[in-house]
Amino acid sequence: MDFSFTKEQESLRQEVRDFLEAKVRDGEFQVKSNGWVESHSQKFSKDMSSRGWIGMTWPKEYGGHERSYIDRAIVMEEMLTYQAPIGFHFLADRQVGPAIIHFGNDEQKKTYLPKIINADISIAIGLSEPNAGSDLVSVKTTAIEQGDFYIINGQKVWTTGGHRADYIWCLVRTDLNAPKHKALSEFIVDVKTPGITIRPIINMAGIHSFNEIFFEDVKVPKENLVGPKNRGFYQLMAQVDYERAGLERLMQNYPLFKNLVEYVKNEKRNGKALSKDPFIRNKLAELEVEYQIGRLFCYHVAWTLSQGRIPNYEAALCKAFCTQFEQRLSDAATSVLGLYGQLMPGSEYAPMDGDAADSYLWSVSYTIQGGTLEVLKNIVATRGLGLPVAKS
Amino acid sequence: MDFSLNEEQEILRNMARNFLTKECPKSFVKEMNEDEKGYSPTLWSKMAELGWMGFIFPEKYGGMEGNFLDLSVLMEEMGRACLPGPFFSTVILGGISLLEGGNEKQKERFLPKIARGEIILTLAVTEASGNYEPEGIETRFIKTNEGYTIDGTKVFVPDAHIADYILVAAKAKESKGNNGIALFIVDTKSHGITVTPLKTISGDKQCEVRFEGVKIKEDALIGGLNNGWSIIQKIWPKIVVARCAEVVGGAQEALEMTIKYAKEREQFGQPIGTLQAVQHYCADMVADVDGCRHITYQASWMLSCGLSCDKEVAMAKAWCSDAFRRVTAKGHQIHGAIGFTEEHDLHLYYKKAKTWELFYGDSNFHREIVAQQMGL
Repeated sequence: MDFSFTKEQESLRQEVRDFLEAKVRDGEFQVKSNGWVESHSQKFSKDMSSRGWIGMTWPKEYGGHERSYIDRAIVMEEMLTYQAPIGFHFLADRQVGPAIIHFGNDEQKKTYLPKIINADISIAIGLSEPNAGSDLVSVKTTAIEQGDFYIINGQKVWTTGGHRADYIWCLVRTDLNAPKHKALSEFIVDVKTPGITIRPIINMAGIHSFNEIFFEDVKVPKENLVGPKNRGFYQLMAQVDYERAGLERLMQNYPLFKNLVEYVKNEKRNGKALSKDPFIRNKLAELEVEYQIGRLFCYHVAWTLSQGRIPNYEAALCKAFCTQFEQRLSDAATSVLGLYGQLMPGSEYAPMDGDAADSYLWSVSYTIQGGTLEVLKNIVATRGLGLPVAKS
Repeated sequence: MDFSLNEEQEILRNMARNFLTKECPKSFVKEMNEDEKGYSPTLWSKMAELGWMGFIFPEKYGGMEGNFLDLSVLMEEMGRACLPGPFFSTVILGGISLLEGGNEKQKERFLPKIARGEIILTLAVTEASGNYEPEGIETRFIKTNEGYTIDGTKVFVPDAHIADYILVAAKAKESKGNNGIALFIVDTKSHGITVTPLKTISGDKQCEVRFEGVKIKEDALIGGLNNGWSIIQKIWPKIVVARCAEVVGGAQEALEMTIKYAKEREQFGQPIGTLQAVQHYCADMVADVDGCRHITYQASWMLSCGLSCDKEVAMAKAWCSDAFRRVTAKGHQIHGAIGFTEEHDLHLYYKKAKTWELFYGDSNFHREIVAQQMGL
């Protein structure tokens, strides 16, 4: 057992920190909770790419850096500490790239991986549909073979960043007769293909991050099918483990947490510093313990990956734990601020520029996106503990 | 970073688990809970033969030179088995105190005997106030020509009823406030000592110990006359983390017991483990148990590396105190009525969870330390 980082890892962390400090000094971005979700800067991603911080764990053959998952977690931890604008490459780096590495053919690897690593393309993920959220096996969007093409028809929803992406990674039905889970396939689709319409959905935090995407006779070349036809569901099961494992599930509101601790030290209520209130001390300490355990869960997942094992139940457990922490944090922050806890960003009276209220609104989504809390717990129970699945 | 046990630790764990499965079945645990002494001298000798009592002592005191992380692996297995008896008292409370605070002569005198399983020790700090603050110590000592005289009453002293020696924290008669605390090692056969067992929920043995004009020699003082509290502070993190390691094992066992039951027990025509409510409880239990493991082993690793880790130690106990209790409570909910019977084993862990929560600072106590460490 060893909970330390190597000297190289410590200096990597410092290098990332210096890079980010310089960016903040230059006014390239502001440190703000939920910052990384809302921001999308190709320039920033290109700068990260030039440092070797995209595709860190991927094979060198395709421009990757073959570094450890712990190294990647360190870079991510720093990016999230500062809430750096990593939105341009984030989903491709986290999910699409690994999926292509595992299931794509050589041609696809050569085509997409270097472009992701160089931050030349941005990719969104199109899994959910109006009637297929947690139950992705039920997706209805179809891709029917026609000569050298597949013709896609249907609708995706909750596609984060779809309006800014160059490609959409799509889960579609390629067989209308086979059993549901043996009929799905994954495609990478160029958003400029005729027949695609993207419509914004404004979330309850007032932000345009979601989209719904309509496909009407969209002609996608056959070479855009990733992995064997009709194996999409099984591929997806492995992919989501990457999606669930990251520190982004813990640190979305890191600046809020850090600032809240400072706030209670400096703010007085009824003539007494807030930090001297035993309930506030206890609450913040409780959050700190949960945060540090969440961090260990995240690093444990990274370590498991670095051992060449897929952390399937551990990743689900990690996400379930971390997102609940984040919800409790935003709830506690708004409560600690009292009446000020409801003020949104831009309000002149808002402490921390409304980060608490903003996070409180965002936090609703944390236990839904990427698998609801309940679905994740089922995964822990069935895949992790071997509990039986109900007869259907 | 490395979250795995090394080869020697794996061997130690397997050996300990096999030994305790055989020697310490739940029936034995229950028997010992009812037993007046609460331990078996035969099992105690066998544990000594395996080298457990001197596990972290230097070789020159008959020890095996294991580090604290290795010891945590062993403590985890003891917690899993719900091992009754004075191991924690003798080795963690007594042995580590002597190791860290005793002089060479005292170490030579006591440590080899502990390692051989010949003596049982315990530590008496808490008093009627029930807290772990120096203010709570009202037991007084007076310097005499031959040594010292001690007067006072200690409460919640583990295993004092079978201890050969009690390490006792006392305050100088003339001392006010937090100063003048000294630690003495007292032979329990000394005149003026009365030990009365307390009736507690978990069946482990805790006692009230009265010291009435107890006369001890000069060489019973551990460290300097004003050093008692600093010795306690020095050994405190190890006491706390050793307890957390037991929690890891106990919580894991309660979890496994529950999973097994959820797979077997059928209601409505299928195993109850198919029910989402049951699955969710089980998933919550895993999060609690794995959380205990990571946070405890982090602190344990830091202690064994000699790193300063006040915050990590406090976080571990804050989490383990609540998590073990939650795990056993959910375990009971899943077991239903059968878990509420004496014949079932789950109650052993439910009771331990509460006892271990209350010992050496509960979660509120440790969260206050975390708050201080956060600069609040």
